[in-house]
Amino acid sequence: MTSHEPIEQEPAATAASADKSPALPAAAPAVPTVAADQYPGAAVKVEEKPARHRTPDEPKRSFARTFREELWADNSFTVTLLAIVLALICGAILMVVGNADVRDQWQYLFYQPGKTLGDTWEFVSTAYADMFKGSIVNPDTVNRWYWNMTTWQQVLYPISETLTNAAPLIFTGLAVAVPFRAGLFNIGGQGQAIMGAIGGGTIGLALSLPEVIQVPLGVLAGALLGGLWGYLVGVLKARTGAHEVILTIMLNNIAFLFLGWYILQSFIKDPNRSDAISQPIEESGDLPQLIPDPLLRAHYGIVLALLAAAGVAWLLKRGRFGFELRAVGHNPHAAATAGIKVGTTIALTMALAGALAGLGGTSVALGTAPALTVDMLGQVGFNGILVALLGRVRPWGVVGAGLLFGALQAGGNAMQTFSGVSVELVVVIQALIVLFVAAPALVKSIYRLRRSPAAAAQAGLAKG
Amino acid sequence: MEPGEIHALLGENGAGKSTLMNVLYGLLQPDEGEILVDGAPVRIKGPGDAIKVGIGMVHQHFMLVPVFSVAENVMLGAEPARGGFIDHAGAVKLVREVSERYGLPLDPNAIIEDLPIGIQQRVEIVKALTREVDLLILDEPTAVLTPQETDELLQVMRGLKAAGKSIVFITHKLREVKAVADRITVIRRGRTVGTADPTAPESELAELMVGRSVVLEVPKDEAAPGAPVLEVSGLVVADDREHRAVDGVDLVVRGGEVLGIAGVQGNGQTELVESIMGLRPSRAGSVHLNGEPITTWHTRDVLRAGVGYVPEDRSVDGLVKEFSIAENLVLDLYRSAPFGGRFSLDLDAIDAQAEQKIAEFDVRTQSAHQPVGALSGGNQQKVIVAREMSRPLQLLIAAQPTRGVDVGSIEFIHSRIVAERDRGAAVLVVSSELDEVVALADRVAVMYRGRVLAIVAPDTPRETLGLLMAGIDPNSSSSTPAGSGAGEQEPRGEGMSHGEAAS
Repeated sequence: MTSHEPIEQEPAATAASADKSPALPAAAPAVPTVAADQYPGAAVKVEEKPARHRTPDEPKRSFARTFREELWADNSFTVTLLAIVLALICGAILMVVGNADVRDQWQYLFYQPGKTLGDTWEFVSTAYADMFKGSIVNPDTVNRWYWNMTTWQQVLYPISETLTNAAPLIFTGLAVAVPFRAGLFNIGGQGQAIMGAIGGGTIGLALSLPEVIQVPLGVLAGALLGGLWGYLVGVLKARTGAHEVILTIMLNNIAFLFLGWYILQSFIKDPNRSDAISQPIEESGDLPQLIPDPLLRAHYGIVLALLAAAGVAWLLKRGRFGFELRAVGHNPHAAATAGIKVGTTIALTMALAGALAGLGGTSVALGTAPALTVDMLGQVGFNGILVALLGRVRPWGVVGAGLLFGALQAGGNAMQTFSGVSVELVVVIQALIVLFVAAPALVKSIYRLRRSPAAAAQAGLAKG
Repeated sequence: MEPGEIHALLGENGAGKSTLMNVLYGLLQPDEGEILVDGAPVRIKGPGDAIKVGIGMVHQHFMLVPVFSVAENVMLGAEPARGGFIDHAGAVKLVREVSERYGLPLDPNAIIEDLPIGIQQRVEIVKALTREVDLLILDEPTAVLTPQETDELLQVMRGLKAAGKSIVFITHKLREVKAVADRITVIRRGRTVGTADPTAPESELAELMVGRSVVLEVPKDEAAPGAPVLEVSGLVVADDREHRAVDGVDLVVRGGEVLGIAGVQGNGQTELVESIMGLRPSRAGSVHLNGEPITTWHTRDVLRAGVGYVPEDRSVDGLVKEFSIAENLVLDLYRSAPFGGRFSLDLDAIDAQAEQKIAEFDVRTQSAHQPVGALSGGNQQKVIVAREMSRPLQLLIAAQPTRGVDVGSIEFIHSRIVAERDRGAAVLVVSSELDEVVALADRVAVMYRGRVLAIVAPDTPRETLGLLMAGIDPNSSSSTPAGSGAGEQEPRGEGMSHGEAAS
């Protein structure tokens, strides 16, 4: 753990030392060039490595070897994975510190080292097992279902909870990722989600139309209101040059306080209740559940989220507007010179982001919330920033990160119930994951990751 | 250099003036040769060493912290401290002292970003003077100044000279040199080509400056000019600082001819071209393309009307470096068939076009999907030229088409430009390389201080062209040189330092 080696090594040195590492001698075939690399003086040879990728007469490197090298190399996937592991380890330490029984046992570390470590391991592993059982699948339930002691709905319950939590996070994550690609930092996911919840929720509670009409109407209203909230930011930025971070933060506050005022209005507030809550959302306005069952809360919000991610992925890769958006993000001067309307692009990008966040709010309002309340959304907009960063602002990365955060949330609830570990620990773990992902140099030095040969070859190409 | 002397370094862009001065100031290290101060050789490893031997420098781009006060900026790097605290009062006093001693009035407590450019420059000079330097290097100090500010600066320089300081004054403006310099050294392509007395006639200086270098040969036939394609009349354009950069330009470019715009950089060429392209609003005048007014058109529409544009600064305006070559090749074509439909892009068509253009324009790359930023400058330029020439053009505007490009690519790009002309397109070439303009153009327009001073044939003697570039019309010696006219006395009141806020 205390390596003082420089993290960034010369490509030549890295490739040579990777080939010499103890794990690989068996895999090193008797090919002249590779063998030559095993001598320290052969670094010059490595200069030719880039050509190796394409030349057919060289033997192909085995897939397993490439896989191993890439796995322990500093690519973003490995770093993300290891950041999660690191965050879980830190979480375990916090769990131990936070639990009086286990903490006390540590006083006897030298008298009863076995018991101390054993207790600690049991406590931590049980808590994390509960987390897994609460978010993915509980083997006990599967077993009992097999023996007909419980229903199949119980088996699906954890995954349903994960999906329920993930849907709004994927939306708000996309709402950060899309503007990021246009060079905009959207801190306003929370406000846009609130406006979306207001739009969707109002349609949900005010009308009672057939479900096939009212649900799409509600979703549309949510996207529209959130989109307007985002468009406002985009227009102000494009017209006046105001910074979007400041605008979005302010609009978050405005949206939050507007929601507080809105649910107290006579046409919204529940007349039968004294607290600040709106009338209940009509069943005909609710997003239908994936599986109609009182236990399984997962609703079509997750389907919409996946569709939105697919749409964003398509837009960024093949969409005409996506091309403009990325061009503006990388180099607004060149974009303007090429005739792209930079201001319009910024405004529309923020509108799209707002619509996505608005859908996130709607998916809460019409998916799980019984009525509109002030704190119905929690921190879903702000967590979207974390999800986007963890997903490296790529649409499918956001989906993965959203599912992970959803699972952590669902698992955290189970962990609190069964192991007595506070659910807030999950928030800490989520924050730590993103912190470690944001500081890749830290993760790389802790795990002593090496630069992958492929990446080194790429860097060599770029320089040559 | 003698003590108490103003020594002017004269040369075109890229002649090596700034490089030489950066060596003196220790920002660059010499490969060969030595520097003598008071007869003794010194090694200057950094600005600190330079200040120690008494050399101070005022950079072309100021090195000031915009949110600090004048006094704070002056003391930055040599803060007078008293018991661990910064002696703010001392700094203020020092600034007052120095500015009074040399006649450079300054308010030590003013914030830099509120000050006009000319005063900011004065802060830089005072900053150098507080370091007790004997030799002051001013790197193109007048490039950013208005005529009035320039006159003030020249006055200040005379004052410093009277106080016994030596000044190296780098510029390419003959008028200023003649006004203050005691001695003039002309540099061209990294060599001293001559030393002159300020009393020497301007034509001699211009000749030295422009030189008779090897003429670039571009094989081309006689032009066959057709109908006017681009007509610019009375165009007035402001630069970012709200100065009149283009001051009433009239131009006509006909189909099948190349009009070259020559001139020292910063005389309004950039703003002229940007205004034609719809990238910079015009204040007066009009631009017509094939008889149709395009003055207020958006860039997108100008491009669509058949105008090809090779921008001056390829890395800022021409390319998205992170984008692949294929994407950059459709940067302004992605909306038209076959590359893009109403909503989507046809990636196959884009790739096919990339393969074809890479082959046709000989872009040296491993694949069309490499980011364009990984290419060499010449190949990046080829990507831009390939893109702009991949559709039928009415008008091609090429600004500095071969800047920073290797010789082989230069020839190639020039031949493509001539090919566009022969196809019947009107071509406008802007270049600060006189050789390039002369080689390509069928007619040469010389710009000076936002005006077209004259339109001449490319075989005009270089001395004449050099004089024109310096703002002197040799044919009408009786008339006043452009620039002293009333239009030049541009009021620079409101919004001067806030001009960039609009971006």
